[in-house]
Amino acid sequence: MIPEVVQKIPLQYYIYLASALFIIGIIGVLTRRNAIIIFMSVELMLNAVNLLLIAFSTYRSDPNGQVFVFFIMAVAAAEVAVGLAIIVMLYRNIRSLDVGLMNKIKW
Amino acid sequence: MLSIISLSLFGILNLFLGFLKSRLILLPATLVFLFVALALLTQEWNQQALYFSDMLRVNNLFVSFSVIVLLTTVLVVGISRNFGDDIEYTHPAEYYSIILFSVTGALMMIGFENLIMLFIGVEILSVAMYVLTGTDKRNLRSNEAALKYFLMGSFATGILLFGLAMIYGATGSFKLGAIATYVQTATQYRSVSPLLYIGLLLLFFGMLFKVSVAPFHFWTPDVYEGAPTIFTAYMSTVVKTAGFAALYKLASIAFASSYGFWAQTLAVLAVLTLLIGNITAAYQISFKRMMAYSSISHAGYLLLAVVAKVPSSQSAILFYSLAYSLATISAFGVLIAVSERKPYEGNPDERYDAFNGLAKTNPLLAFIMTVSMLSLAGIPLTAGFWGKFFIFSAAVQANLTALLVIAVLMSCVGIYYYFRVIIAMYLKPSDNEGVIVSSGFKLTLLFTTVLTLLFGLFPDLVNRFF
Repeated sequence: MIPEVVQKIPLQYYIYLASALFIIGIIGVLTRRNAIIIFMSVELMLNAVNLLLIAFSTYRSDPNGQVFVFFIMAVAAAEVAVGLAIIVMLYRNIRSLDVGLMNKIKW
Repeated sequence: MLSIISLSLFGILNLFLGFLKSRLILLPATLVFLFVALALLTQEWNQQALYFSDMLRVNNLFVSFSVIVLLTTVLVVGISRNFGDDIEYTHPAEYYSIILFSVTGALMMIGFENLIMLFIGVEILSVAMYVLTGTDKRNLRSNEAALKYFLMGSFATGILLFGLAMIYGATGSFKLGAIATYVQTATQYRSVSPLLYIGLLLLFFGMLFKVSVAPFHFWTPDVYEGAPTIFTAYMSTVVKTAGFAALYKLASIAFASSYGFWAQTLAVLAVLTLLIGNITAAYQISFKRMMAYSSISHAGYLLLAVVAKVPSSQSAILFYSLAYSLATISAFGVLIAVSERKPYEGNPDERYDAFNGLAKTNPLLAFIMTVSMLSLAGIPLTAGFWGKFFIFSAAVQANLTALLVIAVLMSCVGIYYYFRVIIAMYLKPSDNEGVIVSSGFKLTLLFTTVLTLLFGLFPDLVNRFF
């Protein structure tokens, strides 16, 4: 059975792994300058959440968490579509994806 | 519940209306759709029901906040006169559809009973907002605002989701009721899982990000300034109303028992928001940017009512959102009219100076703006005064004296920057020519002004429902 295989590893390890992925994502968003890479870091954060939800869901033998993962995937796909469209729109206008160049609006 | 279904269907219908000649009836059709949804919604007053496998709760809280959201949307659509002008580059059908879809998201956020529903509602609203922010495709400011909003917004979504996952790990459920039961028993026996505390904080941070509470406010001024003004008006009203309804539900239903844990944090953030919002707003030279900071400061007042968590908090948040939405729409409506008469550095003139001498050329618009500014500043005889009054009395009931003192002081700072517009309109000389506005536009703004004054004179019109 799948749950038994998953449960051979203690739950804490899943939490550590997901948290590590999540923090890598946060650091990526805060430090990188390229819009696409920031975007990838956000996706990494979302996938860390998916991993965490699946781990909890399997440990509790409760399908709710896995259903939520499907919702997150679908919504993330919609977000990717909109996000890439915005990035393409910006690239057409300034021929660059460096967020450091965005200073038309003053802080 | 029917209103949510009908709005999503109307959104799709609206896309088909974008073909050929039927494009001309888009604006009236959207208004009709919104009124149908409003009518369906009022049918559910005083009903208690759960829909969609217990994921959506219809009760008076849902109906009342949804009515505010729909009313705001009607008014924003009412002043959106320029959508269809330039047929080649603009896509009016898509704008109206996205507005209808985003209202659906807002309604789901208000009525959620399951955290999955909250997440979907937040995302429908946010993704629609990213698109609307970037609708001015050839304007670099709009592009930049859209990208900033998108990157920061999806970052916030990630944080919110991690919080949800942690809460699920601690409680084993996404249902508000089950979470509340877990929190209550666990607090009683002092066996609260640390996962719950981490999750709760991250979930609140994600939500506070969406309603732009300091220190998560840094995207707000840029996005509000860069977005087309009509969508700034929409963003600053609908997102805030729905966001605070959701936040209030989380705080007062799901996590009511761990009040001692989150109240301190939120109180500190409320103080920070009030200070940063009001003091920075006083230094702005652009009116639109001032309105962005003012919306941050209003988030601070609303957060005060959430922190108070007394039974009257709900009606205080409701009345405040209503007063704030009405005044904000009038202010942005007048700004749209005024900013277009003389460009400044290639963009619409959104500085205070654009308002110079408006009282001479357009006394009506100047009056509408004055009422809206008085209401935002919280001067008596306007709805804004009663909004602040109810929030402050909720804070008194909860013994939040220190917070209250800061809030009152900061609303005095608010008077300074709101009155700068009034001074510019009535006292500063100018050679600007008058603004010509259509009658529908004028009618919408008059309606918001009349409502602001009416609720200022008779706050019981709203409050007797609670």
